[in-house]
Amino acid sequence: MISFTVNGKAVSVADPPSTPLLWVIRDSLKLTGTKFGCGMALCGACTVHIDGEAVRSCVAPVSRAEGKKITTIEGISPDLTHPLQLAWIEIDVPQCGYCQSGQIMSAAVLLAENPAPTDTDIDEAMSGNICRCGTYPRIRAAIHRAAEIKAQRGAK
Amino acid sequence: MTVATQMKRRDFLKTGAAIGGGLLLNLYVPDWAPARAAQSTTQPVVLNAFVHIGNDDLVTVVSNHSEMGQGIYTSLPMLIAEELEADWSKIRVQAAPVAAVYNHTVYGIQMTGGSTTTNSEYDRFRKMGAMARVMLISAAAQSWGVDTKSCHAEKGFVVHGASGRRASFGNLAEAAAKLEPPKDVALKDPKDFTIIGKSMQRLDTPSKTNGTAQFGLDVYIPGMLTAVVARSPVFGGKVSSFNGDKAKAVPGVVNVLEVPSGIAVIANGFWPAKLGREKLDIVWDEGPGGEISTVGMREQYAALSKNPGTVARKVGDPATALAGAAKTITAEYEVPYLSHSMMEPLNTVVDLHDDHCEIWTGTQFQTGDRAAAAAVAGLKPAQVDLHTTLLGGGFGRRANPASDFVSEAVHVAKVAKAPVKVVWTREDDIRGGWYRPMWYDHFAAGLDASGNPVAWTHTIVGQSIFDGTMFASFGIKDGVDAASVEGAADIIYSIPNIQVDLHSPKNEVPVQWWRSVGHSHTGFSVEAFLDEVAHAGGKDPYQLRRALLANQPRMLAVLDLAVEKAHWGGPLPRGHARGVATHFSFDSYVAQVAEVSVEKDGRVRVHRIVAAVDCGRTVNPDTVKAQLEGGIIFGLTAALKTEITLDKGRVQQRNFNDYPMVRMFESPEIEVHIVPSTEKPTGVGEPGVPPVAPAVANAIFAATGKRVRRLPIKPEDLRSA
Repeated sequence: MISFTVNGKAVSVADPPSTPLLWVIRDSLKLTGTKFGCGMALCGACTVHIDGEAVRSCVAPVSRAEGKKITTIEGISPDLTHPLQLAWIEIDVPQCGYCQSGQIMSAAVLLAENPAPTDTDIDEAMSGNICRCGTYPRIRAAIHRAAEIKAQRGAK
Repeated sequence: MTVATQMKRRDFLKTGAAIGGGLLLNLYVPDWAPARAAQSTTQPVVLNAFVHIGNDDLVTVVSNHSEMGQGIYTSLPMLIAEELEADWSKIRVQAAPVAAVYNHTVYGIQMTGGSTTTNSEYDRFRKMGAMARVMLISAAAQSWGVDTKSCHAEKGFVVHGASGRRASFGNLAEAAAKLEPPKDVALKDPKDFTIIGKSMQRLDTPSKTNGTAQFGLDVYIPGMLTAVVARSPVFGGKVSSFNGDKAKAVPGVVNVLEVPSGIAVIANGFWPAKLGREKLDIVWDEGPGGEISTVGMREQYAALSKNPGTVARKVGDPATALAGAAKTITAEYEVPYLSHSMMEPLNTVVDLHDDHCEIWTGTQFQTGDRAAAAAVAGLKPAQVDLHTTLLGGGFGRRANPASDFVSEAVHVAKVAKAPVKVVWTREDDIRGGWYRPMWYDHFAAGLDASGNPVAWTHTIVGQSIFDGTMFASFGIKDGVDAASVEGAADIIYSIPNIQVDLHSPKNEVPVQWWRSVGHSHTGFSVEAFLDEVAHAGGKDPYQLRRALLANQPRMLAVLDLAVEKAHWGGPLPRGHARGVATHFSFDSYVAQVAEVSVEKDGRVRVHRIVAAVDCGRTVNPDTVKAQLEGGIIFGLTAALKTEITLDKGRVQQRNFNDYPMVRMFESPEIEVHIVPSTEKPTGVGEPGVPPVAPAVANAIFAATGKRVRRLPIKPEDLRSA
């Protein structure tokens, strides 16, 4: 058994250690917000956090999660109040929405490390995430907006 | 359209009863999955097939069109809410089951495509909202013993003005549902609209930011197994023999079984199924598909293009006009096969029983998929319940004329004898065919002494999409597939002598509609060649277009707006240049101006795209902008990045490493301007795509003097000496 926490909840799974974390999260734990897009760490749809670091779960073996804290899109806020969620909703970023979990999980790490990212910072942090619907201009705007929301909260 | 009044009352009731009878999505939700958005706690009352109201006042709009990103789960409810006088915060949306009442008002089957949802439903959905409002008002007036004319509806209530009495829609719904629906209803004067034409926040956005939005791949039902299918490495190939022993030895693999499309590896999850598939030994009977190479096809197409094909349109006498022209130019344009590559790979869940089949999938093609599933299952269509989930992108691929991904999944369920989810990998998707066809275009133009085009001939070579589908008689007339020549045969420029003709060679590679269909190639070739004509005649490409659009006031306005907003002719950073293109498609007018620069190594940087669109009256303007933005990025990927090539019948690309998408760092600044209009709404999902590639190619010419005649644009063709 491999044990770790997902969104604060302790879990133990019997999947073979080489199974990608993505499929443990989806097929075993039934947390379906984390998406399968390419299976080769090329699109970012499967992005989760392992101890606060953005990881492409489609190529990360579940063994890597042992003893770690995993956060998925379902865990970033209980009530749609994460600054990124607020900004995503305000700007109506998603179209089909399939890639957006991964976009938000990548952006969350960017914002955690860089409270006021420039466009270049956003390019660097977000270019591993593909959006076939082409919501990039809105993702960019929403990350800037989320940084503002976060700064306003901090100022209070 | 008078669909509303044509609908029979028994159809309303039948559909309503079917929905009330338990066809709602009733999915297995894991115990610690996040709570879903609040839903009616009681069974809503059916006022008509599209409007259900619960005693909690929630109004459920039943959408017969699939949500694949285009925002229709918000735009359609807006149409109903406007006429219903609903409280927008009480609006919910739900996917329709498959039923005749939900058929497309033009195509006659239940489907989503052709950028037609808003325009085809604009009247019907407003009528459905208005009919429900009339019934609610009648119910209130009856219970209060007052004249209906003395009551009105506002924000989810019926109000009797004289007495100030109010009753909520939820309280009135049951009584209203017992009334005869009105035969005809008056619709609002657009000047009184309070919702239509205002940018409304999308109803599906919150669920797309917290993981609760449910796509097909997210459906889990009790006892469900997961399958992947090993399909032929060449199109049209069949399994000759196979050995599944090593696959069966993979822990978690339950069975290895043959289906018509290949070998299904069935397991207790995706990962063991995929590992099992890698261990299969299969001998394929490849058939003629093993001979196909796109290099060879290109030679064949180029040769065909030298001679006219079946005439699609002829105006005047282009041969004589060409012969007598002061100057003639010719050029050949080509574009490759393209994969749709939706972010959500194809998938279908099937729960098959002797007398009943339940299917969950993200489809654009409900009627066809249900019929195909029924045929495979040996059931009647009415015995198949197809639940439409959210679609993780569609772009046409999920409206498959052969219902390939749904019928295959039913085949797998049939042999698996268990509920099963069939999952395609990215490689399966990219190598799975049903591409935008490869096209080769030959042009000739004749110019008079002033540089004005007086003759235009255009020979198009490429596979027919409609051929062999249920739409063949609709789409192919006199040997010309309308989807092959759209955007070319119907060019709106005033040129006195025109001929557009077509060759439709056949081969084993399955082709399909891909966002903007024929326009995806004609937009490029026509607009880039017109740029050549402008330069050959010594004219500014914008001014030439203006002159040729003198009789097209809507396109002229769109062109002028885009050019004005892009500061055409204004100063630019060193090395930057602008290109312009227009394109009329799906009854909408779009113009785009691209600003680009080309690096020494030939890499193209697209800095900015300014678009203007006239799509008639807009329902949700922010969604129109989003669709144009998305269409531009989609078109840019085709312009700069992607091609599907085949060698010995095998697709040479496999994943996003060699079939790359435009990413954030390559995404230009995009501006979208909407021309205000009171005309009827027209398409927005697709018309943003066609002008991108020519605007970029024309800007590259302006920057470098190098003419791009082939997509994708390759850095090696643009490298500085």
